[in-house]
Amino acid sequence: MLTKRIIPCLDIINRRVTKGVKFKNNVDLGAPVKMAIGYSEGGCDELVMYDITASAEGRPIDIGMVQDIAKSIRIPFAVGGGIATLEDMSRVLLAGAEKISVNSLAVQNPDIIAQGSRAFGAQCIVLGMDPVATSDTRTCPSGYEVTTRGFREHKGMDAVEWAKRAEQLGIGEIVVNSVDADGTRDGFELKVTRMIAEAVRVPVVASGGAGCPEHLRDAFNVARADAAIVAGLLHTGEYSIKRLKDALDSFGVPMRMHW
Amino acid sequence: MIAIVDYKAGNLTSVQLAFSAIGREAVVTSDISAITSADRVVFPGVGAAGSAMRHLTDLGLLPAIRAVAANGTPFLGICLGTQILLNHSDEDNGVETLGIIRGNTQKFKPSDPWQKVPQIGWNRIRIEKKHPLLDNIEDGSEFYFVHSYYPAPDNFGSVLCTTDYADISFASMLGCGNVAATQFHPEKSGRIGLRLLENFTRWNP
Repeated sequence: MLTKRIIPCLDIINRRVTKGVKFKNNVDLGAPVKMAIGYSEGGCDELVMYDITASAEGRPIDIGMVQDIAKSIRIPFAVGGGIATLEDMSRVLLAGAEKISVNSLAVQNPDIIAQGSRAFGAQCIVLGMDPVATSDTRTCPSGYEVTTRGFREHKGMDAVEWAKRAEQLGIGEIVVNSVDADGTRDGFELKVTRMIAEAVRVPVVASGGAGCPEHLRDAFNVARADAAIVAGLLHTGEYSIKRLKDALDSFGVPMRMHW
Repeated sequence: MIAIVDYKAGNLTSVQLAFSAIGREAVVTSDISAITSADRVVFPGVGAAGSAMRHLTDLGLLPAIRAVAANGTPFLGICLGTQILLNHSDEDNGVETLGIIRGNTQKFKPSDPWQKVPQIGWNRIRIEKKHPLLDNIEDGSEFYFVHSYYPAPDNFGSVLCTTDYADISFASMLGCGNVAATQFHPEKSGRIGLRLLENFTRWNP
């Protein structure tokens, strides 16, 4: 049976792992390579690294950082932040990552999804999206709107429609990241995650808001996500992956329990 | 020397990094003589069967792949590299592939829409047949998979492992003489995957 994945997320600023609340007030949490090795050996199923200031600073992703992490872990590794061109994608893959996450820049230029998918295969290209609830259901019938640039820009685009379009363009997986939940540890935004999971045939990853094992259980069982991204509750040491997985296993969620 | 065949089918760095993690040097190459003279050949790949076959043809690599598969060189296919060892793939409206292992490659068609395609994540292997590459790997171990298509060999005798997904039990590892092939990614499957690669470096078929 295919197991549900737990994916720790390393948000990088100046080669340090940081964590904010609703994408603000980031605090320093440690050295990326050391944390990556710790999570990998601790039983995480995949790892994601976001160079969170690359897009805003208009610079390419920190490729040295990608290489250092890729060299030190032997589990799937996804990378996002500042990826605008096929060239950027190729550099990230050559550095040893297997998935490329596109977000703001794919909204500006959706064709990058199709190009990346053709060049490297759909399984390489992950769409990260940052939906927020909106009352403007004329523009956004699902009640969720796509935002970009760390939730700063509202795009007047329906989140579920965007997910479907990205699937047609050749995305291999979709990460649904909620700003309203990000860093709050109040639980994932289940409603929009489920709407998107129902609308597409590719796997969906819940992100933002994990505070306890029950939140992950709900992401898997209620929102029907295939994987969940966690940050704060692991980074602070409050939970280990093992402890999270033991709890989820006891709830009957299929987990990889040996590593 | 271990040669990792480079035919523009995606991510080969992680395969090379996995060998370096077990202290073995592997070169990523599309050079015909480097491939035919290698002690061991790894044939990885992600992406689509159609473009993979086109690249192999354009690079003139088809005879070299057939030669090493036929001459007893320990040979390991991974993911797309495994699928195109069969005769035919349903991908890209049907593609004739290498035909080194008899059978074809088919698409997952789950009856339950919640069984997503591609299958992405860790799934269990059921060991159907003992093989040196599976030494010290327990039945039921989990490996990392990313794929929409799966190998369907004609002969069950070539099936080393099976895995359950999308209503079926598919061949997740094949073995035929000096050719072994995994649908999963040993290079991305943590310690257990490295063990399989280590077994490969010691294998004398």
